[in-house]
Formats: sequence, structure tokens, C-alpha cells
Amino acid sequence: MIPASLEAYREVAPPGTAEFLYRLSEKVQGRSFLHVNSTRQGGGVAEILMRMVPLLNDLGVKASWEVLDGDPEFFRVTKAFHNSLQGEEQVITDDMYEIFLECNRQNAERLPLDADLIMIHDPQPVALILRRDTRGKWVWRCHIDASRPQRRVWNFLRGYVERYDAAVFSLPKFAQRLPIPQYLVYPSIDPLSDKNRELSDREVAGILSRLGVPQDKPILLQVSRFDRFKDPVGVINAYRMVKRRTECRLVLAGGGAVDDPEGQVVLAEVREAAGRGPDIHVLELPPDAHLEINALQRAATVVLQKSTREGFGLTVAEAMWKGKPVIGGTAGGITVQIVYDLTGYTVNSVEGAAYRIRYLLHNPEAATRIGRIAREHVRRNFLITRHLADYLMLLRAVGGASLEGGA
Amino acid sequence: MSRFEFVACSELIQILGLRADDERELAEILAEVSLDCVHYHTHGHFLRHGFVGAPYPNDFATWAAIQVRDRVLGERLGVVSPLEFSSLEALREEILTIIDDHLSHLTIVPRVIFGEPFDFIQSRIVEVPTGVTADSLEEFRDGLAAIQPSAIYFHTIEAPRRLARPETDFAAWLREGLGRTALAEAVNRVDPYAGSLERLRTELLRLCDADLNRPGHVPAGLMANTRSGASIPG
Repeated sequence: MIPASLEAYREVAPPGTAEFLYRLSEKVQGRSFLHVNSTRQGGGVAEILMRMVPLLNDLGVKASWEVLDGDPEFFRVTKAFHNSLQGEEQVITDDMYEIFLECNRQNAERLPLDADLIMIHDPQPVALILRRDTRGKWVWRCHIDASRPQRRVWNFLRGYVERYDAAVFSLPKFAQRLPIPQYLVYPSIDPLSDKNRELSDREVAGILSRLGVPQDKPILLQVSRFDRFKDPVGVINAYRMVKRRTECRLVLAGGGAVDDPEGQVVLAEVREAAGRGPDIHVLELPPDAHLEINALQRAATVVLQKSTREGFGLTVAEAMWKGKPVIGGTAGGITVQIVYDLTGYTVNSVEGAAYRIRYLLHNPEAATRIGRIAREHVRRNFLITRHLADYLMLLRAVGGASLEGGA
Repeated sequence: MSRFEFVACSELIQILGLRADDERELAEILAEVSLDCVHYHTHGHFLRHGFVGAPYPNDFATWAAIQVRDRVLGERLGVVSPLEFSSLEALREEILTIIDDHLSHLTIVPRVIFGEPFDFIQSRIVEVPTGVTADSLEEFRDGLAAIQPSAIYFHTIEAPRRLARPETDFAAWLREGLGRTALAEAVNRVDPYAGSLERLRTELLRLCDADLNRPGHVPAGLMANTRSGASIPG
């Protein structure tokens, strides 16, 4: 584990970033900043918080992180909410609303919800706001694509969101009509984490060998939860179109999360679609398989993230940081990360994905050029150091410190 | 002789919840929004394109060309230079005039079909002194090479606009602080709106190096050019 010190990021962040953050944090020294989400491991939110909270403390902010305690029943309900907010038709019963609220009520009693700024991540803990007292400001941080939600669920959640002081979304199009200020903050990756740090070729080869993935052919890779919105079956179909004339291997690697009970069902569908071909590898990885994902991304020739719905899609930035050309679905934050033909390709169909895979496999110089620009694009825009600056600004603006008067 | 202090900046971005699906709506909403919003989508565009430049130099042009797929309006809006307008209100009027004139020649209003609607946004910018200072051209040049790109934005776009001054902070200090009038004029001729902030940094460093009689400087690891002309660390 890399020490949580900003100094460690000097070599990877853009020039002047560390000094900039020290200066920006001067006005929020000693302020308390509490984060609450629904899982300690698995998923992009937990990965960001794991590094964000220590770094905020390193900058003099009293940052802390609490996790909602829920049973499988609660997470089945919140998964249904999640799908519904992303536009999928779901049946939500009154009992499910009650299970949701009861879990939030119990956690509100248990958790130390006291800070200058309390950031509640995603819908699962949104009703903790019921226990707000007069001290401190509350911000709801929505990481998912809720641009076209099922209205009944959104109307239910909206009643809680409106009680917050502000909301933060990952993209403008995710914003809703709300009577509170709505801010834009892109998520980020940590370049020093096990998932993104440099690995030697020998380390990569060793890990791929353990995973049973030969490096004898160009590797196409998609890393994501086994979730229908990530279109893993579409990736298999695109691979089959390419495979007719071009040798390659497909790896679908999925990490699980305790708040995603539907993953096993989708995994079974993917295995069935993959069949028994020797060049398709469906890997079910544990939530802490960060080094394995890192090695797979570094070994890949082309990385896919063919989502049809996406929150932000940080696996795109992870692959770009490793200098890989990425083909992404035209969904959510993928369109912000991929500047067409410059840092990757966005596609709208299985055929589009197949076409761009084939193009990149047959034009390695284009793949190298795109990968190089993509890495620099991530360095400037999607590293945790930029995210830290955004949160310091929020703490100043919403958490009680002034934005006026310079640093 | 006065000392130059490099000041960077950070922005808090606020989504206004106003959205346009066609070019008529774009004009109608643009006519009503705050000047902060006009600033965000024009001058502020460059703060967000420090390295990879967008195809067009303001958000309105980019949206028309890429999302609506109306290249003609994109090109007409893309050539508008914020430098030529003394106020944001005047800049807004010019953009509205171009859109109105464009629509007057069409029988239908172009709208997004496959693309994304235009989201109106505004931001608040906070100055962040970097602690990097210069008393000589050599120190200025080294500071320029090391500072965060947002400091280049602040001194070349943000501060001159706030102070309604016809020259950048860099040009003003080179002339008033160092008495290097020719270099100041050369620096002032560099168009900060013509590409990414890294392209701008590279160009300013080239001018400083030429004045110092130093060999051309390329910041560590820079190798190639992007669409916007910025250099790419390898």
C-alpha cells in the first residue's frame, strides 16, 4: 500500500499540482468532511474513497469515511432502485420502500453524522438526511446515470435529495430539476493504487499465467461488473465478427461488489454466450483483484467498455492511463474521456465496436498514438489530484469557508 | 522593478439545469442566462482544454458542429474571437446575432437527433497563488515552464478580461517590470484563444528562449503534436 501522502504524487501529476493543492487547502484546515457510502470494497466509489480520505487528511482536512450497514434484502432493493434510476423498468413495492427506509433509519442512529460537510454517495444512504441537525452542510453525490429514471422511484428519492444543501453529479446530463444547487465533479483514478501503478513485464506475465490467459495473440479486454448495461454479450458478438479474419483473444473480467446481487445471474448469461471457445476467457475476479486487473489492462492490445448505460466508466480512464486505445459505448462519462480519434473511439453498435477493434489491430501505429495522447489526457483530467481540488473547492463553497479572497 | 507572482486558479462548476435540444432553444436560453454562464462556455472553455484542444474554440460552436451536426453554424461560431469584444454582453450579442442570422436562412431549426443536448453551466473561479515568483526573465521563463496550466489561463485570459485590459499579465510585466518592450509585444501577439493551454505555454517559452538566446526549449518529455498543437509528454 502506497503511503497516503500528496508528495508521492509529484512524479505522476501535472507540474505544479502538489503546490497548488497545498495552497488551495489553506482555507479549509481543520474542517471536518465525512463521506458515507454503501460498500467498503468493490465499485468505483469505494476505490476513490479509499485514497481520497487519507489524502484529504494529509492536506489538513479532518476527513472520515463511514459505510452503510445493510443486509442482502436491503441491497436487493437498492439494486432495483439503481436499475430503475438508470431507466430499466422495475417493480418496486411498498414493502421495498419500507425496507429501504428502515435500513437508513437504523444506520442514522448508528453512524456519527457530524461534520462541517457530509457527503452522501449514491441512493443507498440518501435517507440518512432525516437525521440532520443544524450543524454542518449535506451534499448528495450521485455517481450513476440517472438522466432518464423511472419516475416513481425518482420521485420517492427526490423527497430526500431536496433536503440536502447541494447535489453533485458526474455529468451535466445526469442533473435533475432540483431546488438546490447542482455541481459537476468528474470522478478519478488513483495512479499509485495497485490497480494503476506501474508493473514490470515480468509481473504482468506472471499474473496472466496464473489467470490462465496466454499472451500469444492480441488481447481484447473488457473489465466491468457483470451487468447488462455493460453489454458483455455485445462484446462477445463484436469479438466473433473480428475473429473471422483476425487472430485475437477476448477476456471479460468482472469484479463483484457486495451491493450487486444481480451479478451472478448476468455472469451465467455471459458464460452461456461465450460457449467453450479456447480464446474467450470469462474471469470472475474478487473485489480486491486490483493487481490482476492492472496486469490484464497492461497486457491488452485493445480495451473495450461497450456500455449502453454508464455512470462515468472509470475503467476507461484506467486503460487510457496505461496507454491503451479504448473503444467505448456512447454512454455516460465515456464520451467525456474519449475524444473521438484522438484518445480513443466511441461506438454505437456491435458492428461499430468490431470495425474499430479490427482497425486498431491492423494499425498498431494508430493504436500507439492514441494510447499516448490518452494517457496524457487522463493525467490532466482524471487523476485523483484533480478530484482533490474539486472537493476542496466544494468544502470551501458549501462547507462554510469562503470562496472569496484567493487561496 | 516589481516582482511577478504566478497565480493559478480553480473552478467550482455549477450545472444550471437549463438544456437546449435545438438551435432556437440555444439562442433563447443564451439570451437569458447570467454572464458567468457566457464566460464559462467561451473564455472558460480554455481552462478545460489545457492539453487536448476541442475541435472548436467555444462550447456553442462545438455543440452545433458535433452534436447537432450543423457544421455551418459550428464554423461561424468557431471563428468568433472573445478578444475582439470589450464585454461579455457584447460577446453574447455577437453569438446570438450569428445564430439568428443562420436560422433566418433555414426552413427548419436544426436539432439534436443522435447527439446530446446543450447543458448550460456556470462556474466560480478562485485565484490560487502558486508561490512561484520571478525577478528576471530567466526566472520568469523557468516559472512559466513549471507552473500549472491553470496559471497560464489565469494570466492570459482570466485576469485581462476581469481588468478589461488589452494585454495579458505576462506582456504587462515584461514591459513594465523588465522594460522588455519588444518581447512584451511579441507575447501579446500570441493568440491565447487559438488552441490548448500547453500550445500557448510552448509558444511563450519559445519567445522567452529566443530573447534569452537559449536553444529552443521543449518541456520534459514532450514529443509530438495533438490536434490543437499541444505537445505530448511521452
